[in-house]
Amino acid sequence: MSAPVRKPSTDVQKDASMAKQKDMIESNFNRLGNVKNTGEKVSYTFVPGNLNELIMCFDMVGNYPEINAIQNGLRKKSGGMIMEAEKWGHSEDVCTYVKSDIGMMRKGNIGPTGLPIPEPDILMLSYTGCYTFLKWFELLRHEYKCETAMLHVPYTADGVITKSMTDYVVKQLKEEVIPKYEKVSGIKFDIDRLRENMALSAKAEDDFVWVLESAKNKPSPIDAYFGGIYYIGPIFTAFRGTELAVDYYKTLRSEIEERIRKGQGPITPEGEMKTEKYRIVTEGPPNYTSMREFWKMFYDEGAVVVASTYTKVGGTYDYGFRHDPSRPLESLAEYCMHCYTNRNLPERTRMLEGYINDYEADGLLINSIKSCNSFAAGELMMMREVEKRTGKPAAFVETDLVDPRYFSAANVKNRLESYFQMIDQKRRAGV
Amino acid sequence: MATREDIITRCQALYDDLDFTAARDWKDAKEGRHVIGFMPMYVAREIIHAAGMLPLGILGGGDQLEVIQGDAYYQSYICRIPRSTVELLLTDRLDFVDGMLFPSICDVIRNLSGMWKMLRPEVYSHYFDVPQNYMRDVGGEFYMHELNVLRHDLEKIGDITITDEALKNSIVVYNENRRLTRELYKFRSDTPWLAPSSEVYLINRAGMLIPVEDHNQLIKDYIEAASIEDRPKRDNSRVVVSGSFCEQPPLNLIKSIEMSGCYVVDDDYMLVNRWFTKEVPTDCDPIQALSYTFLEASVKMPSCFEPDEDIKGLYLVDTVRENNAEGVIFAAASFCDPALLERPLLQDVLNDADIPHISFKYAENTGQMQPIREQAGTFADSIKLWS
Repeated sequence: MSAPVRKPSTDVQKDASMAKQKDMIESNFNRLGNVKNTGEKVSYTFVPGNLNELIMCFDMVGNYPEINAIQNGLRKKSGGMIMEAEKWGHSEDVCTYVKSDIGMMRKGNIGPTGLPIPEPDILMLSYTGCYTFLKWFELLRHEYKCETAMLHVPYTADGVITKSMTDYVVKQLKEEVIPKYEKVSGIKFDIDRLRENMALSAKAEDDFVWVLESAKNKPSPIDAYFGGIYYIGPIFTAFRGTELAVDYYKTLRSEIEERIRKGQGPITPEGEMKTEKYRIVTEGPPNYTSMREFWKMFYDEGAVVVASTYTKVGGTYDYGFRHDPSRPLESLAEYCMHCYTNRNLPERTRMLEGYINDYEADGLLINSIKSCNSFAAGELMMMREVEKRTGKPAAFVETDLVDPRYFSAANVKNRLESYFQMIDQKRRAGV
Repeated sequence: MATREDIITRCQALYDDLDFTAARDWKDAKEGRHVIGFMPMYVAREIIHAAGMLPLGILGGGDQLEVIQGDAYYQSYICRIPRSTVELLLTDRLDFVDGMLFPSICDVIRNLSGMWKMLRPEVYSHYFDVPQNYMRDVGGEFYMHELNVLRHDLEKIGDITITDEALKNSIVVYNENRRLTRELYKFRSDTPWLAPSSEVYLINRAGMLIPVEDHNQLIKDYIEAASIEDRPKRDNSRVVVSGSFCEQPPLNLIKSIEMSGCYVVDDDYMLVNRWFTKEVPTDCDPIQALSYTFLEASVKMPSCFEPDEDIKGLYLVDTVRENNAEGVIFAAASFCDPALLERPLLQDVLNDADIPHISFKYAENTGQMQPIREQAGTFADSIKLWS
């Protein structure tokens, strides 16, 4: 019988980098909440395929609706927002990020930190790896009647990026995106400024990859899923291409170097994880409305996530991609196409197989998200294929991103405990 | 001359046949023939035709296919068309297909393209990307490249060369198919009591399964036969059905809408057969012609970005007015992202235009029609009473 689900402690332990990350994310909300005074223009955009280096060339502040939904989910505010959107006719079947965003808007557009989220001056619709993005910003455009720049990023269906695909994205940047940003901001595009931003991105990306790959150590000094969510915050959002991000990843790296030196495990909300019993690879986003509860189900059992695909939605840097200032627009195009959900299923499966082998993991856990077809469609097949190729056991749980109605703690915990037992049995059998 | 009943009986048999016997027979009739399957929403069938191959529309398994294996590939919150399509594959009903095309309609069908690669690595499968940028030198160039990739892939499969001449001939045949389909829709809109939606649906569905030349003749025969019949005109409300462009509603649902007192005067089932709103020109490079026509004369539908907010959704208002419709029924497949995400926006546009609407969801195997009849019937009555 499954042990009862215990609520996590309210005393949260954080290391310095986590506090720094939190301050950075909050500072962007503060900047957004203050545009009436500063006069800054606002650009909404998405995490996968975000063009932060380019947006900064126009002195605009970025608003990331997915991040708002996540932050509202973490603060247990998203449920009411989703129901508000459903009241306005949005289907119960569709993405809860969208509904959380629309619900927030309908309730007065007060952001997760309590400050107002300003209306967009431009919607940067980077259509990268997620069909819903396209509809999401059409819905927002319908509300705000503002300028919208569409960037269609071709899907890498054959596992390769062709010249035609890159040319297509670059042309859109030149003929659609940049002219619209120039028009809205009143600032002329400066390619050297873009190069400078991209050089900073590449610096941060080096340290970010080092952090992710530190999980190859035993014990792993990081949790690459629950902890990883903190680590991706700056580089996936408004800070990529800034000195702040470079500094953050340096700090984070030195913290982790120290943990490796001391042979320490990851920091959880209840302190350092002392014993690493299971090394897990995860596929899919986490649940945000009960994230601590979810995480606790892992660290209570001594399970650490050593690699996750979710931390690749904003770029697959561990596969070698770096923003390249010497060919800025082509590099931005390649960045977008490299994002995880823009990769085809065979590639995604190969990545998971590689993570299990490279990180010497005990198995794969898929957290399948009810409202994210981009991730979820095909995951059951990927799971079976990874099991077949690696011989490692896999498990499947179902939750949602920010809809609390789809997180059933007892069910998830029960399944996780069974899964960890299965790993034990496999070990005993010498598999 | 074939009677209307004969034509519909043939189309019903084609519709019911989940082994695709007609396409198998076509392939077996001559050595070296190939069949290329495609899923909704749109592929350039002209290129397949120009290769001497048969484009075969795969629209799921409907309500007669028991899905057993397919369910093991999908979570409960994903629509039914991919699971029944996987079932068709795994039960060898598609074992004669030489290639599969997956248009960029949504993430589920997109990911199915990758699953196909893993399930049947020996069979050609291709994600058919279409541009969301409609500038000739941007999206047009990209799309021409995509079309040429398909052209070259088919040349390889068939060990043939697809000439420009063959492409132009195929464009002519499909221009005719689209013209006839529009004529059929107009015939239904003008005289819906002579062309019930269930029959028009079956005629169109046959076009997914047989050679286009046969289909052209079939449409002509049906219009001719149906137009001379004397069928009773009912006091139905005229409605447009919107949101059914991918996973298809069961035939009984289409019948139920009509039985409840609605004449369906336009719909978006199988948009591929009238995707272009004007003829594709044949006096220029055929690939360029297909590309530019796609950019500039495609039907409006939720999977395609609309760059102009001022006209977003107005296509639905236009079709209501052009067909003298009195309301819109939003009928979307459960968990269909394109239809369900678009719906609130379209409802808003209809509200502004003072056009009544209702909505419901279905699955291709929905069996219980009473709630649909009640809802559609109440809608039809409310139009008659209050509009």
